[in-house]
Amino acid sequence: MELTFTARNVLLGATLLGAVGGVLGSFALLRRQSLLGDALSHAALPGVCLAFLVTGSKDPLPLALGALGAGIAGSLTVLALVRWSRIKEDSAIGIVLSVFFGLGIVLLTHIQRLPGGNQTGLDKFLFGQAATLMERDLQVMAILGAAVMVLLGLFYKELKLITFDRAFAQSLGLPVRALEGLLTLLLVTVVVVGLQTVGVVLMVATLITPAAAARQWTDSLGWMLVLAGGVGAASGATGALASASVAHLPTGPVIVLVASAVLVVSLLAAPRRGLVRAWLRERGVEQRIRRENLLKDLYRTGEEARTDPYRLVPLPHLMGLRGQAFGALRATARRLERQGLLSSHDDTLSLTTEGFREAEAVVRKHRLWELYLTRRLELASDHVHRDAEAMEHALSDDDVARLEELLGHPETDPHGRPIPPAPRQPGGAPPSRGEATP
Amino acid sequence: MSQAAFEPRSEVPAIEVHDLTVAYRTQPVLWDVDFRLPEGELIAIVGPNGAGKSTLLKAILGLVEPLTGRVEVFGAPYRRRRSWVGYVPQRESVDWDFPTTALDVVLMGLYGRVGWLRRPSRSHTKRALECLEHVGMRELAGRQISQLSGGQQQRVFLARALAQDARLYLMDEPFAGVDVTTERAILSLLEELRSQGRTVVAVHHDLQTVAEYFDRVVLLNMRLIAEGPVATTFTDENLQRTYGGRLTVLARAAETLLENRRLDAPPEESTLARREGRGPWS
Repeated sequence: MELTFTARNVLLGATLLGAVGGVLGSFALLRRQSLLGDALSHAALPGVCLAFLVTGSKDPLPLALGALGAGIAGSLTVLALVRWSRIKEDSAIGIVLSVFFGLGIVLLTHIQRLPGGNQTGLDKFLFGQAATLMERDLQVMAILGAAVMVLLGLFYKELKLITFDRAFAQSLGLPVRALEGLLTLLLVTVVVVGLQTVGVVLMVATLITPAAAARQWTDSLGWMLVLAGGVGAASGATGALASASVAHLPTGPVIVLVASAVLVVSLLAAPRRGLVRAWLRERGVEQRIRRENLLKDLYRTGEEARTDPYRLVPLPHLMGLRGQAFGALRATARRLERQGLLSSHDDTLSLTTEGFREAEAVVRKHRLWELYLTRRLELASDHVHRDAEAMEHALSDDDVARLEELLGHPETDPHGRPIPPAPRQPGGAPPSRGEATP
Repeated sequence: MSQAAFEPRSEVPAIEVHDLTVAYRTQPVLWDVDFRLPEGELIAIVGPNGAGKSTLLKAILGLVEPLTGRVEVFGAPYRRRRSWVGYVPQRESVDWDFPTTALDVVLMGLYGRVGWLRRPSRSHTKRALECLEHVGMRELAGRQISQLSGGQQQRVFLARALAQDARLYLMDEPFAGVDVTTERAILSLLEELRSQGRTVVAVHHDLQTVAEYFDRVVLLNMRLIAEGPVATTFTDENLQRTYGGRLTVLARAAETLLENRRLDAPPEESTLARREGRGPWS
C-alpha cells in the first residue's frame, strides 16, 4: 500500500503513542492507578486551551507544555484533596476529572467563538484527529516519548520496588514520594503524547488496555512491559492503517477498539490466566468428582449387598443415590468405561479390577477422614459424612498416608465399616472376579 | 550468606524508643512508649489487635512520623543506620499477584547495595539464590510469587531480609498463617541469627509460643505495659494488664475526639466525662 505523507505521519504517531502508552500503562495498572490516568488526560484539556489563549498559536510545543502543566496541577489537586480533606482517592479523582474537563470545555467553547480563523481545530483534542498530525507534532511526540522511555529505563528497578512493596522501599531509604511523583509526571507526559491522536477522552484506553492484555500472557514485569508496548504499537499501527484505507474511519477510536479486541482475546485465551483455561480446569475437577463418586457408589452397593464386589448395578439404582440425571450418569460411566474402570451391559454397570482399586482408594480417603473428624475434632459420627464427601476428592496420597499414620492404621471407620487398606500392602489386592466378599 | 558474627556492644542498645507518641489523624496509636532493647536477642512485640504493634515497627523504621519522641537504632537515627537494619513487612501488605519471581523479590533486598542506575549483577543474583537456599526455596527461585503457598511467600520475604545481611531485623508477624514446615524453618532461622549476634524484633500474635521462641518480650497496648526477659515479664499478671481491660480511658478519649471531629462540633467535655465514669480504669 502506498502511504501518503499524512498517512505516514499518522502511522508513526499512532505506533509511537501505542508503544509508550502500553509500557507506562503497565505501571499504572499494577499500581491501580488506571483512574488517575483517566483524570490526568481529562485534566490536560484546559491546559491546552489556556496555552492557546496565551500564545495565540497552535504550535505543538506550547500546547504540550500547557497540557503538561494542567496534568501536573490535576495530579497535585488529587494529592491535596486526599491529604487535607476527608475525601477518598477515588472521589478525589472523579472530582478532578470532571472539574478540569468541565473547565476545558468552557474554554474550548469560548475559543471557538473568538473572531478570526486561527482557532479552529482545537476540538481535535477531545477525541483526537490523527490526520492533523504534522511533522512538527511528531517531533514533539518523539522527544517526549523518548524521554519517558529513558527515565523508565533508568529507574526501572526502583519503580518496580515501590510498585510491589512500598514500605520495604521506604525502609531501604528510597525517596518513594519523589519516585511516585516521577511516575505521575511520566503518565502526564504520555497523555500529552496522545492528545492529538486519540484525544483526552479515550486516552486512558491506550494506557490500560494493552497493559491488561499483556498481563494475561506473562508473569514477568519486564516481559509485560515489552508485550504491552508491542500490543499498543500494533493496535496503533492497525488503527492508523485502517483509517487511512477506509474513508471516514476515526483513527483514535479504531486504535482503542483494536486494543480492546486484543484484550478480549487475552482474557479468554491466555494459557494460565485465561477464562477458557479456568473453565476447563473447573470442568475437569467436576468430572473427576463425578467419576470418583460413581466408582464409590458401585463399590458401596457391592459392599452393602455383601456379595460380589463386581456385581452388576442397574443405572436407575445409581441415579437414586445422588439424584443424578440419567444422561449425566451415563456420560460419566462411558468415560470410566473408556478408561477400563468399569464395564456396562445395557443399563447395568460393574467395576473392573482396576475400577475396584480406584474405588477403594476413594472410599479409603472418605473413611479415614470421617475417623479423623470423630477422633481428633470429636464430632459425632453422624455429622462427618458430608464433610468427608468433599475431602475424599481433595486429599492427596501423601495426606492420606499421614492421616493413616496419625490414626494408627485403623481398620474400621466411625460407622464400623472396613477401611480399605493401602494399595501396596499385602492384603490390598482386590478380590478376584466372581469371588464373594466375606 | 556472609556470616560475619557481630560482637554485641552491650552499652549501646539495638533500639531505643524515647517518649514515642504516634497518631493517625486524631487517633492515637502509640502513647508515650519508652524502652530500650539490648543487642543479640530475639524479642517479641506482643499485644492485642490495634495495640500499635505494626505502627511501632514502622515508627522505628521511620515510615510513620511520630507526634512526639524519637527512636534511635544503635545509638543513631534510623536514616543513618539503614544498612544495618532488615525489614520483613506483613505478608498481606503486598499484592502477590505482582508479575515477578521469588528470586526477583529476594534481589530487592539488595537494591540498597546495587545502587542507582545499575542492574543487579551476577554476584547479586548468586547471593539472592543463596538466601533462597537458606530458607529451603532454591528450587522455587523462578516461580511466579502467586504460585507459592503462604508459607513459601513468607520464606521469600525472610530470604529477602537475609539478603540485607542486617544486624537488626524487624519482622511484622513472620509466623502469621504459615504451615508447620515454615514455622520450624523460621524458628531455626531466628535462632541462627541470634547465634550470629544479630537482633530480631518480631511482632508476634501467638501467646502460646512466645516463651518458647523468644528471649525478651515487649507487651504493648497503645502504651507500653511491660518490657523485659520473657521469664520475668511474660507473666499472667502482665498479660492480664495487656489484654484484659483495654486501655479504656485512652481509647474512649480518642473515640470521643474522633466523633466530635466527625460531627465538626467542638469537644464535648460532658461526653468525655460520662464515658470515663462508666468504664473500668486500667
